[in-house]
Amino acid sequence: MADPRDVLIIGSGPAGHTAALYTARANLHPLVLEGEPSSTSDQPGGQLMLTTDVENYPGFVDGVQGPELMTIFKEQAARFGAEYLTVKASKVDFSVQPFSVWADDDEYRARAVIVATGARSLMLGLESERRLLGYGLSTCATCDGFFHRGEKIAVVGGGDSAIEEAIFLTRFADKVTVVHRRDALRASKIMQDRAFANAKIEFRWNSVVDEILGDGKVSGVRLRDVSSGEQSDLGVSGVFVAIGHVPNTDVFRGQLDMDDNGYILTHAGSRTNIEGVFAAGDVQDHVYRQAVTAAGSGCMAAIDAERWLETQPRTPANW
Amino acid sequence: MPADPRRDPAAMESTLTALTDATFEEEINGSDEPVLVDFWAEWCGPCKLLNPILEDLASEYDGRLRIVKVDVDESPDVARRYEIMSIPTLVVFQEGVAKKRLIGAKGKGQLAQELAEFL
Repeated sequence: MADPRDVLIIGSGPAGHTAALYTARANLHPLVLEGEPSSTSDQPGGQLMLTTDVENYPGFVDGVQGPELMTIFKEQAARFGAEYLTVKASKVDFSVQPFSVWADDDEYRARAVIVATGARSLMLGLESERRLLGYGLSTCATCDGFFHRGEKIAVVGGGDSAIEEAIFLTRFADKVTVVHRRDALRASKIMQDRAFANAKIEFRWNSVVDEILGDGKVSGVRLRDVSSGEQSDLGVSGVFVAIGHVPNTDVFRGQLDMDDNGYILTHAGSRTNIEGVFAAGDVQDHVYRQAVTAAGSGCMAAIDAERWLETQPRTPANW
Repeated sequence: MPADPRRDPAAMESTLTALTDATFEEEINGSDEPVLVDFWAEWCGPCKLLNPILEDLASEYDGRLRIVKVDVDESPDVARRYEIMSIPTLVVFQEGVAKKRLIGAKGKGQLAQELAEFL
């Protein structure tokens, strides 16, 4: 077991990388447990790894690809000495100083911890999802849109993620049907305008997916009109779900205070209920959820951690 | 602005052998060891994150399990034959026959567990 670090950062989206950049520049030698590969957004780089054009991150006049942006973030933090491990935190103990975090069988200790584990996409919760995942049902439009050239696709949801995916998928599909449970989109106006102007995109308003159909691979979706209750089948080869997010906070349950949906509660900047544990990015934000706000809150957490560490006496136990 | 892989700092170079539509059959059938095929593409973020883990496993499993890659964009026929509809998809072949299919990127520990039966 190594000596405790000053700062351990869990997660590596915009919040985690920015916290790493700032704490590295403060000579706090941060170690980042960046997560493990997955085909959901719970992976190194976070949600932006599954996106294409990011047009609203300031500083990029012509936009930037999501994965490229995360590579740049990481390289910038690494330039100042931030260390990265491709492991996923599986257990934490925030009850004693120094704090302990485990990944696989290894224990990492630190005097301050910044939690930036983000959020992942919600699925529909249907049995058919488990069966058809990877066979037409996908959690990654940028990965799998390619396999639906000339086909029809359903995108479920009405927020920015859903509309971005729908527009992206028109590069491949002949028709993309957006299935939304309300009669209006929540997506930003510019994305709505683009979707409404796109001849390949159709909308099924006030509709939910009751079942994903297909034997071996996706052949369609069974929709239900929420006002009439009437069911109808829509033939598609691909289904992409973007109905919302759930925070990646399971390992912190019982130790960090959370709201009813599992988002970590922060106060006075990025402070959690445990002194010395800070939280940043989507793991504590279900309102703004932007790359730029996550980066901003990662910076806040780094500054909060640095100032808090300055007030802490170094004892033999935590040195 | 479309991504230009030549300028993309995340553009990938893998040490693993790339099979193509032309070489796939021969390489898979002619192998004495089981072969893990990683179906991937340059534009797939999770695929790129998976690559260094596969490179690690390839050296750990040297002589027991071979790990190779197929770019689905460059070799669509193989991808179609094995009904790849999502990447990354990993398929383990034994004596030329597909024995196991793993969909989606995974961590090293989980992959090692899934592959243990072929070692």
